[in-house]
Amino acid sequence: MSILVGRDTTFLVQGITGREAVNLTRECLDYGSQVVAGVTPGRAGRDVYGVPVYDSVRDAVAKHGPVHGSVISVPPGFVRDAAFEAIENGVKLIVIVTENIPRQEVAQMVELAGLRGARIIGPNCLGLITPGECKMGGIGGPAANTRQAYTRGPIGIMSRSGGMTTEIASTLTAAGLGQSTAVSIGGDAIIGTTYAELMPLFEADPETRAIAIYSEPGGRMEAELAEWVTANRSRLPVVAFMAGRFMDEMQGMRFGHAGTIVEGKEDTTAAKIERMEKAGISVAERIEEIPKLLQKRLGEGA
Amino acid sequence: MRFYEYESKALFRRHGMPLPKSGLAREAADARRIASEIGGPVVLKSQVLSGGRMKAGAVRFAETPDQAAAHYEAIVPIVVNGQRCRAVLVEEKKGIAQEYFAAITWDGRRKCPVLVFSDMGGIDVEEVAEKHPEHVSKTHFSSLFPITPRIAKEAIGATGVTGDALNRLTPIVFELMRVFLAYDLTLAEINPLARLEDGRFVVLDGHIDMEAEARGKHKPLLAELAIAPEETRQAREATPFEIRGAEINAQDHRGVAGNVVGFDGDLGLVIGAGGGSLTLFDAVRKHGGRPANYCEIGGNPSVNKAKELTKLILSKPGVRKIAVMMNVVSNTRVDIVARGVIKGCIEAGKKPSEVIAIFRIPGAWEGEGFKILRKYGVDYCDRSVSMYEAAGKAVAKMRA
Repeated sequence: MSILVGRDTTFLVQGITGREAVNLTRECLDYGSQVVAGVTPGRAGRDVYGVPVYDSVRDAVAKHGPVHGSVISVPPGFVRDAAFEAIENGVKLIVIVTENIPRQEVAQMVELAGLRGARIIGPNCLGLITPGECKMGGIGGPAANTRQAYTRGPIGIMSRSGGMTTEIASTLTAAGLGQSTAVSIGGDAIIGTTYAELMPLFEADPETRAIAIYSEPGGRMEAELAEWVTANRSRLPVVAFMAGRFMDEMQGMRFGHAGTIVEGKEDTTAAKIERMEKAGISVAERIEEIPKLLQKRLGEGA
Repeated sequence: MRFYEYESKALFRRHGMPLPKSGLAREAADARRIASEIGGPVVLKSQVLSGGRMKAGAVRFAETPDQAAAHYEAIVPIVVNGQRCRAVLVEEKKGIAQEYFAAITWDGRRKCPVLVFSDMGGIDVEEVAEKHPEHVSKTHFSSLFPITPRIAKEAIGATGVTGDALNRLTPIVFELMRVFLAYDLTLAEINPLARLEDGRFVVLDGHIDMEAEARGKHKPLLAELAIAPEETRQAREATPFEIRGAEINAQDHRGVAGNVVGFDGDLGLVIGAGGGSLTLFDAVRKHGGRPANYCEIGGNPSVNKAKELTKLILSKPGVRKIAVMMNVVSNTRVDIVARGVIKGCIEAGKKPSEVIAIFRIPGAWEGEGFKILRKYGVDYCDRSVSMYEAAGKAVAKMRA
């Protein structure tokens, strides 16, 4: 099993004729994902690596029937409308790759998705992957690189950084620990799906036996995760890596992602580490410690 | 992007909020003229992008125009938390009966805006919330559906405010909600919102933060407020080195090569964007290294962009070597970055093999990238060397 995507998942790519979208379509197809259609207004009738292009999600769905997901890779000013279009045409899983979207627009998309029973991953993310089955988005890059970094196994990954998702997967793979599903959740201040919101899915997945997360200063997402783990007596050991320790000394400065800005005491790495450790989450000092900590925690449970 | 008080108030005025009579003084004579036009006691407030003005002595009261001019001269040189005075706001002084607090910000957990209202304004709201929770209300509202004054009324009423005060406060707080949504703000705050001795309500101070990502959407407003595009309004002013980094990034839409922040160390960093950069900056410091800068590169920049950025970092006084490091990359081509960085070193008159302490970018097109690095004798490593170890190698080279 896996969460969110698998062998049968079908999806479309909105903005498919754009440079980045063309690449990610190629990468997903090469990996074996079912990209059934693409959407770019005014480009109906073309194709991208054999994937037919339509003017609207409505036209694509009329032709191909319902699809499970959509990857949105359009310029920032068009993202909100693209997401609304996917949601209103029955798409339930929407991955938003684009960055630099004002948080009000993200909040609006998330609100509509909530009303229609849809889920948004991102924005400013690389998507998600169930190794060997489906890759939805740019995660892992070209299929050959993706196969090198990601292997199938018991670890779920959630990461605020797209690049660090793959770095962690690569480190786990080198240590013989495969992954059930890895999700790049995005680096913005407001995102569609947080750690705590993915936890119940991993919890219900028999294949997943532990979780690795990549975390940063800024926001209250780790507090939410810590609360969830405690309140639900999670069966899954969680190991976190916390980057940006240097930012504790530089409040109000923005580094890296839009969501990475220390605005209050709870946003610092020190406060986050304390909170997570209190909830039984192990915090690694370095990426390469993650496999050992996971193995130790998995051994405890056995 | 934080607004100065006078800019926040200009925005409030556009939306019909009640404000004291005021004028912006850029020299002592302005302060004297504005004070005499107001014709009564005034308050002079330094315009800085920081709190703590009162403590620093950058807020003063004057009874006469001459006194206002004298205070102006006293206020201007005062630096508040590293922020220099941009101008002085001269405002009529009001007799206050009670202070309220109203602020709207984003709740990242609930993913919607939250209105915080208190009838104990003027002081630290978090402290009030702890000691007198019944005097602080928190009200979430939709950013998708139309809002109406009802939300403001309920939020105000929840703190026990009723009668005339409730009816007069409601439209002001509602307008604040509308301003928040209309301009993609991340914070819209009135503190204090004062009831005067004559029963009227007025906005005495305001604080506005606009989302940096939304600047393009609100160009007419920013132009009207005379906020220049190059004003970053971060916690500290951008240096010429940092501004040059932004220029290089803007020259070409392909990839990121910018977001440069200067430090006073000797090791220049060209490090992966986003999470990788935070991880590597930490690792360099953990090994005892002294970063000369924080600089992101990623998203497949052009050779030229990587080259210009490398030259910029090498031009920074004190920089002896650079480290080029990223996490395993997927959408950035290793060979293109390698080519750009090496070109940059050569154009800066340095030998790549000597000035590049370590090159650790594994991933897409790494075979081609490593070939180029080998040709120039640059020390590089693949993914079998962790980010932490690579940072250690770079720091060790600085000591050699």
